Amino acid sequence: MNERDERLELERFALRIRIGIVEAIAAKGGGHIGGTLDLAEFLSVLYLRFLRVRPEEPDWAGRDYLVCSKGHSGPALYSALALQGFFPYELLRTLNRGGTTLPGHCDRTKVPGIDATTGSLGQGLSIACGLAMGTRLSHTDQKVFCILGDGELGEGQNWEAAAFAAHHGLESLTAVLDWNKMQIDGSNDEVLRLGDPVEKFKAFGWDAELVDGKDVLAIRDAVSRAYRRKGRPGLIVLDTVKGGNIPCIQELPNNHCIGVPAQLADRAMEFLRSEAKRLGVEVAE
Amino acid sequence: MKLRYTGSKPEADITQLFSPTMEELFELDEKVVYLDADLMGSLKTQELWKKHPDRVFNCGIQEANMVGVAAGLFLAGYKPYIHSFSPFATRRVFDQVFLSVGYAKKSVHLIGSDAGIMATDNGGTHMCFEDLALMRSIPGACVVDVSDAAMFMYLLKSTKDREGVTYFRTPRRNAPDIYEKDETFEVGKGKVLTEGEDLTIIASGVMTATALAAQRLLAEEGISARVVDPITVKPLDEALVLRCAEETGVIVTAENHNVIGGLGGAVAELVSENCPVPVLRVGIRDQYGQVGTEAFLREQYGLNPEDIVKKAHLALEKKKK
Ligand SMILES: Cc1ncc(C[n+]2csc(CCOP(=O)(O)OP(=O)(O)O)c2C)c(N)n1
Repeated sequence: MNERDERLELERFALRIRIGIVEAIAAKGGGHIGGTLDLAEFLSVLYLRFLRVRPEEPDWAGRDYLVCSKGHSGPALYSALALQGFFPYELLRTLNRGGTTLPGHCDRTKVPGIDATTGSLGQGLSIACGLAMGTRLSHTDQKVFCILGDGELGEGQNWEAAAFAAHHGLESLTAVLDWNKMQIDGSNDEVLRLGDPVEKFKAFGWDAELVDGKDVLAIRDAVSRAYRRKGRPGLIVLDTVKGGNIPCIQELPNNHCIGVPAQLADRAMEFLRSEAKRLGVEVAE
Repeated sequence: MKLRYTGSKPEADITQLFSPTMEELFELDEKVVYLDADLMGSLKTQELWKKHPDRVFNCGIQEANMVGVAAGLFLAGYKPYIHSFSPFATRRVFDQVFLSVGYAKKSVHLIGSDAGIMATDNGGTHMCFEDLALMRSIPGACVVDVSDAAMFMYLLKSTKDREGVTYFRTPRRNAPDIYEKDETFEVGKGKVLTEGEDLTIIASGVMTATALAAQRLLAEEGISARVVDPITVKPLDEALVLRCAEETGVIVTAENHNVIGGLGGAVAELVSENCPVPVLRVGIRDQYGQVGTEAFLREQYGLNPEDIVKKAHLALEKKKK
């Protein structure tokens, strides 16, 4: 496939992930939308091109693992999983309703394809370390990905895990930082300065690189390098914008966890439909 | 006693009253400081942060560090109040609270919001049914399951100089008003909200209003229930609880918490040692949380007035035997 078609296919899937997220959160009337939308490009690349998983056998022991440590971004993974056939797409509309099997925060006990239960920030990278250690003990070539939030890096446990992973040279582990520079009460700079995450992780002994979080081909290349990396864990810093490129959501002063009334959902869907037209994706009205 | 309770929405939500109360505390005592961990939005303290950048600190998402910093601030002569959601203010940082504060004889006020089912949409990871048990187990701690805004605001101020760990678990909104605005409260002093002879319902936190609703249903059946709010789950008003055990012969407890280790546990421990009468507990039956509206979760976990009524019937049967 030439690069133009490759880009188109990955962008189309990212768009469909975004539509699924908006539909799910709008059906509930609100939720953690900001830091969920901005993962669409990465998840598109990961699920379409790399992650070795079986929708018909979610617990397949040979799969690559994905831990979403910032558990509130569950709907992004759920949308991708639904589109990949792990469960019926219609289930997205039950997101976070009483009795649902799709709680807003990632839940491995309820959602096929979710590898870690998260929601209390700061715990995912340690779980990913354990998985990576396990794959080494079992002599498999399985990979482990762990999505982190920049605000979440305030939790010290991340740095315990960072030291542990480097010490043990956990080469199958790739952390992916959603670097949208925002948390709840403001920007990282206002609440807790993070500094340069690439430099920080390098200082811990990791490979680390910065990638444009909107550029699917750049993400593809970075993940491809992650699959080949030897000797040490790696970090991909996704340079993203909270609100995931939907103008009416991105421009809100705080889009972390918000009510999404019909009017806002309609505006978001209108934008996504125009994107669909541009990319040649069919969407139901 | 005279109550404001009607069962309808509160005149003002705790989120509206919290910042003004902290501000009063700032004025009252220059040593009071406030710390949060990237959840200022949830108790609406951002304006307070802007206004008092030298008294209010947003630590970022690092609750364990926040507790340690609060412990250090105490050593330096300050009176820290710190907040996060209840699971992160308690179980996430239990060792820091236990050792850096409790064991080391320091004083910190912990505020955990949205305890138990009040975590609603945030679901199981945020739904804390064990914080009362954890905090009760710290020697000398004061544990408050907040029933309404008046009680919370009063105790926030009156406990300012209390020594040791002081823990408030509080709803943020939709907690019906129970107490008159000028009501006073005391640590270790429970309140009899309605007199009654047939049984006593001891209820705390958001279950206090539920117990008052149950009391009305029982009254319609001709059953006279005494409703008691312990105000502080620890120290428990032992004299009052034992008097109720003696006078009504049976107790039903009601809490938005695991029946293990919380209010029901505290009452049963006390009563079984000193005045053994049946104690029946309404609460979470050793389960984890899940997502849902408050109404859905009350249904799921049996936390409605009707559930207290059912338990009251059972209690009265046991009393007869
Ligand atoms: C231990 C813990 N503390 C606090 C919270 C509440 N909380 C949920 S999301 C969030 C902000 C997350 O910011 P970030 O990691 O940057 O995520 P993003 O902005 O990408 O959504 C906070 C404070 C939590 N879920 N867990």
